[in-house]
Amino acid sequence: MIRSNLLVSLVRTLRNIGHHFSDRIWRLGAGARLFWLTLISSGESFRRFHLTIREVYFTGVLSLIIIIVSAFFVGMVLALQGYNTLQKYGSSEATGVLVALSLVRELGPVVTALLFAGRAGTAITAEIGLMKATEQLSAMEMMAVSPIARVIAPRFWAGVIAMPILAALFSMIGILGGYLVAVPLIGVDSGAFWSQMQANVDWHDDIVNGVIKSVVFGVACTMIALFEGYDAPPTAEGVSRATTRTVVTSSLVVLGLDFVLTSFMITL
Amino acid sequence: MERTTIDLWVGIFVALGVAALLGLAMKVGNLTTSSIGPTYTVTANFENIGGLKPRAPVKSAGVVIGRVGNIKFDPATFEAVVSLNVDKRYAFPKDTFANIYTAGLLGEQYIGLEAGGDEAMLKSGDKITQTQDAVVLEKMISQFLYNKASESKDDKPAAPAASTKATDDALGSNPLDEMTKDGSPKSVAP
Repeated sequence: MIRSNLLVSLVRTLRNIGHHFSDRIWRLGAGARLFWLTLISSGESFRRFHLTIREVYFTGVLSLIIIIVSAFFVGMVLALQGYNTLQKYGSSEATGVLVALSLVRELGPVVTALLFAGRAGTAITAEIGLMKATEQLSAMEMMAVSPIARVIAPRFWAGVIAMPILAALFSMIGILGGYLVAVPLIGVDSGAFWSQMQANVDWHDDIVNGVIKSVVFGVACTMIALFEGYDAPPTAEGVSRATTRTVVTSSLVVLGLDFVLTSFMITL
Repeated sequence: MERTTIDLWVGIFVALGVAALLGLAMKVGNLTTSSIGPTYTVTANFENIGGLKPRAPVKSAGVVIGRVGNIKFDPATFEAVVSLNVDKRYAFPKDTFANIYTAGLLGEQYIGLEAGGDEAMLKSGDKITQTQDAVVLEKMISQFLYNKASESKDDKPAAPAASTKATDDALGSNPLDEMTKDGSPKSVAP
């Protein structure tokens, strides 16, 4: 009797694991299909570009404040911490290099993507989830308007356009923040700060690679947010869960992708 | 087509992004500073290049006049073949001397060119024959210790002076050539 109970619970656990796993695979496939459908119906979002511009406003322009403020503080903290360690080795002029390289290569794209997932990704998921819950998407289909071309694709391209711009702004403002702390506050020489930076930051290896990273993160974050919204169960609880999943999945995917991209970009 | 405030904001947003990218390129990156014009390529053979890397600067009198192109290994001579891309504006005599220097104690390595006195100038594809290898710190230290050890071994009064002179010679000229050519340092004073 006890043995058969044990067996039953074991089988149930195994079944749960298998179900969980196959559910993930299913969602991955559905996400890839949505990505493909978005790509082939993006013609609409370029023909009616005002739809995309409207979404750039909501995802990009409205994220400006959080990006600028956090970039400023990240840059200032980098300069303080970097100076603190570098001056022990008598190379406090390298503070500028440290701030610029860490922002342009890593922190700019990654922190922007994390903030973007929290600020714009959740909004996209909630909006599309609610559109689905209130059957606006079905209504569009009834009117022979493809919701993917009309709703999904403009948001996708808006995210892809907004992310590199936000990341470039993040890096630039972070460097300005670092400058403010290092030069007027601490007293690092202004000329050395900029000239060491220019000598050590490479246009292609550092800046262009950072932009490539932010474009990839833009695709990943926006697509995850769109898919979670499109796939959400049409209930209040379903939408709230989908919003949570957007943030968790986007953050993990961004950090994982960052490692993969960096290992491709750094040729040993 | 009617204009909306959203268009204005998105325009400002995109302009800010372009400005940030331009700022990164001009103020932060080396897009403006590394603009060396058209170049000609000369090669130089080194027995040891140390930590020299492609794109390292080529300097003469401290001024950057080119970049290291690629670095290959020649299996026939067992030497490193370094190609240097030098700015076309600057011509160097045939007997120019190429050294591998280190910027500071731990800094990156670069190639320094010292002009000779030849009338003929280097052309694209030419080879710089007079080179000096990178200084490998470990070899220098081990040679120094070797000298010290041999110095303390013989107690003759004349020995210290002779061996210090030998050390000075070894450090002053190229210690690596002497070490690598006859297998042992010349500093064992009789």
